[in-house]
Amino acid sequence: MMSYELIGISVLWLFLYGYLIIASIDFGAGFFAFYARLTKQDHLINRLISRYLSPVWEITNVFFIFFYIGIVGFFPDTAYYYGSALLVPGSIAVVLLAIRGSFYAFENYGSKKNIVYLFLYGATGLLIPASLSVALTLSEGGFIVEQGETVSLDYWALFTNPLSWSIVGLAIVSVLFISGSFLTFYASRAEDHSALKLMRNYALFWSTPTIILALTAFIYLGQHNERHFQNMMDLWWLLALSIAFFMTAMWLLYNGRRYGLAFICIMLQFFSAFFAYGIGQYPYILDPYITIQSSATSPAMGLALVVVFIGGLCLLIPSLILVFKLFLFDADYVKGKK
Amino acid sequence: MAIDTVLWSRLVTGLTLGFHVIFATIGVGIPLMIAIAEFIGIRKKDPHYTLMAKRWSRGFVISVAVGVVTGTAISLQLALVWPNFMKMAGNVIALPLFMEVFAFFFEAIFLGIYLYTWDRFKNPYIHWLLTIPIVAGAGMSAVFITTVNGFMNQPGGFVMEAGQFTAIDPVQAMLNTATFSKVFHVLSSAYLTGAALLAGIAAFAMLRKGVSTYHKKSLNLMMAVVLLFGLLNTLAGDVSAKFLAEHQPEKLAAAEWHFETGSGVDLVLMGWLNAEHEVLGALHLPKLLSFLAFGDFNAEVTGLEEFPKEEWPPLLVHYLFDLMVGIGFALLAISVLYFLFVFKKRNALNKWMLSILALIAPLAFLAVELGWFYAEVGRQPWIIRGYMRVEEAATSSPNVRIIFFALLLLYIVLGSMCVIVLRRLFNNNPAEVEMEKWMKDHPNQSTDKGGTA
Repeated sequence: MMSYELIGISVLWLFLYGYLIIASIDFGAGFFAFYARLTKQDHLINRLISRYLSPVWEITNVFFIFFYIGIVGFFPDTAYYYGSALLVPGSIAVVLLAIRGSFYAFENYGSKKNIVYLFLYGATGLLIPASLSVALTLSEGGFIVEQGETVSLDYWALFTNPLSWSIVGLAIVSVLFISGSFLTFYASRAEDHSALKLMRNYALFWSTPTIILALTAFIYLGQHNERHFQNMMDLWWLLALSIAFFMTAMWLLYNGRRYGLAFICIMLQFFSAFFAYGIGQYPYILDPYITIQSSATSPAMGLALVVVFIGGLCLLIPSLILVFKLFLFDADYVKGKK
Repeated sequence: MAIDTVLWSRLVTGLTLGFHVIFATIGVGIPLMIAIAEFIGIRKKDPHYTLMAKRWSRGFVISVAVGVVTGTAISLQLALVWPNFMKMAGNVIALPLFMEVFAFFFEAIFLGIYLYTWDRFKNPYIHWLLTIPIVAGAGMSAVFITTVNGFMNQPGGFVMEAGQFTAIDPVQAMLNTATFSKVFHVLSSAYLTGAALLAGIAAFAMLRKGVSTYHKKSLNLMMAVVLLFGLLNTLAGDVSAKFLAEHQPEKLAAAEWHFETGSGVDLVLMGWLNAEHEVLGALHLPKLLSFLAFGDFNAEVTGLEEFPKEEWPPLLVHYLFDLMVGIGFALLAISVLYFLFVFKKRNALNKWMLSILALIAPLAFLAVELGWFYAEVGRQPWIIRGYMRVEEAATSSPNVRIIFFALLLLYIVLGSMCVIVLRRLFNNNPAEVEMEKWMKDHPNQSTDKGGTA
C-alpha cells in the first residue's frame, strides 16, 4: 500500500505533466498566431487555431489551478516557503495569466482582428512559461534565504545562475515545439494543407533548440544539485527512452506522415523526461527545506483528498472524453463544417 | 514596518476580491438565467427566448474570462500574500478548495461544449441539458468556496495543540456552523443579482431605444426571478442575522452599534457615533433588533462591551450593513411594484418605472459588495476567528506594496476593456436586428406568441 502522500505527489506530478502539454499547445498557439500575423500568413492558420482553442482555453487554466491547489492541500508547507519566496514572480505570473485569459476572450468572442490583443496574447504565451519555470528552478535549492521568521528569494543568485536561464529557455522552446507539432497534427486532420506545411516547418524548426537546451539544462543541473543529477543518471533508461521517442517523432515529422503518432511520441518524450526529473528529485519538494514526508498534511485530510480526487476523476474523465470527441476527433468539426 | 506590510496585504486581497466578486456573482447567477430562458424558448417554441439565451451566453463568456483570471489571482494570492495562513489552515481547508476546483473544472468543460454546439443536436433539449452541469458547477463552486469562508468565521473540525491544528476532521470543518447561512445567502443573492443585471439591461435598452417585444419579454421573465430570489434572499438574510446573534455576536453588535447587553433592543438605522460611543441622529426601530436576532421582541442581545476592545470589529461596518439591507428591501419593493403595475394593467414601461428598473442592476452589485465587505471587515482582527490574527498571517515581504499598484492597474484595464468589448458586442448587433435575421432564415414560424409589443 502506497502512502497517501506518495499517491498525492504522483497524481499531482501527472497533472503538472498534463498542464505542461495542454498549456504548451495553448501558449505556443498564441505565439504562432501573432507571428503568422506579422509575417502575413495568418489567413493560413488562424481559423485552425481558434477552432481548436475556443472550446478548451478555460480547461487549460483549470489544470493549473488544480495542480496548485492540490500541492498546497497535500503539502501545506509548500505554501509557506514557495508562497513567501515567489511573491514577486508569482504575482507577475498572475498578471500575465490575467492578461492572457481575458484578452483571448476579448479577441475571440468580442472584437476580432485587433493586433494589440493578439500581441498581448502571443507575448504572454512565452512569458508565462518563463515565469512559472522559476518555481521549478527554486526547487533545486540555493535560491531561498531563511532568516528567522522571514523567507525570501535571493534574486542575485537566481539571475546569475546559468541553471535558471537554461530552464527558462527550455520552457520557452519546448512550448513552441509541442504546440507546433500538435497543430501540425490538427491541421492534418482538418486536411488543411497550407496550414499543415507551415506548422510542420515550425515544429521541425523548434525541435533542435529543444533538445539542445534540454541537454544544457541537464548539465547545469549536474553542477548545481549533485544529488538530483545522480538520481537522474540512475534513471538513465527513462532518459534514453525520451531520446528514442524524440528521434521517432522527428523521423515521422520529417517524412511527413502519421502526424498523430508523431505527436504521441513527443508526449511520451516529455513524459519520460519529466518523470525522470520528478523521481530524481524525490523525496524533496524544495531542497533542502521540504520533503514529501515532512510537509504532508494530516492523514485524515490526505485520505479525504484522495477520495475526492477519485470521485472527481469519475466526473472529469467522461466529460473530457466528450470534449475530445466533439472538438478534437470529430472530423467535421475540425474541418469547420459544424 | 511589519504593520505596514500587513495593511498592504489586506489591501491587495480586498482589491482582488472586491473586483472578483462582481464577476463571480455573474458567474454563479447568469447560467441559471440562461438555462431558464433556453428552456422557455424550447417549451413555448418562442425564438425570442432562445435568442435571449444566446445573447446572454455570448456576453457571459466575456465576463467568465475575467472571473476566471481574477479567481486564479485570488487562489494564488492565498499562498503568496498569506503564507502563514495557508501553512496552518491548509491542513483543514484543502478539501473544499480542491472540490471547488473540481466543480469549476466541470463547469468549464460543459461551458465550452455548450457554446459550440448550438446547432449540433437534432433534439433541442439535449443542448439545453448541457446547462445543467454549468448551473450545478457554478453553484457548487460557490458552495465549496463559501464553506472555506465559513471556516474562517467559525473554525471547527480540529483540536488546537501547541499552535498547530491536530485531530483534523475535514468534513466537519466544511460543515461548520457558519456554512449553512452563508451558502444560502451567497446563492440567493447571486441569483438575485444575476436576474437584476439582466432586467436592468432590458429596462435600460428600452429606455434608450423604446419598447420592444424582445426586451419586454426579457424584463418580465427576469423581474419574476428577481421577485422570487428577492424573497428567498430576505429569508437568507434573516437566517444569517440569527446565526450571527448566536455564534458571532460581536459582528452583529458592531453592525448595529449595540454596546450594552440588554433585552428588547432597538434596531438602529444610520446615524453617527460621538467619542463616547453614543449613537446620534439615528432612526430607532423599537425592539426590532431582538426580534431580528432571536425572533422574540424581548430577547437579550449580547453587546460589544462583553468583548475586549482589541477584538472589536471596526464600527464603520454599521453603514455597510444598513446599506446592504436597505438595498435588499428596495430590490424586493421594486419587483413587487413592477408586478402591481402589470397586474393592474397600468403601463409598467413608462419612463419613470424604466429608470427605476434600470437602477436595480447597479444596486444589486453594490449590495453584494457591501455585504461581503461587511462580512469580511466585520470579523477583523481575525483571519481565523479566535485562532489567528491577520497580522500573524501576512507575508513579510515589503514588495507587496508594489504588487498592490500593479494589480490595481491590471483591474482597471481589465474592467474597462471588459465594458468596452461588451458594449461593442451588443451595440453593433441589436436584438431586433438579430431577430429579423432569424425570421428570414425561418419564414414559417411566427414570433408573436406570448405577447406583442
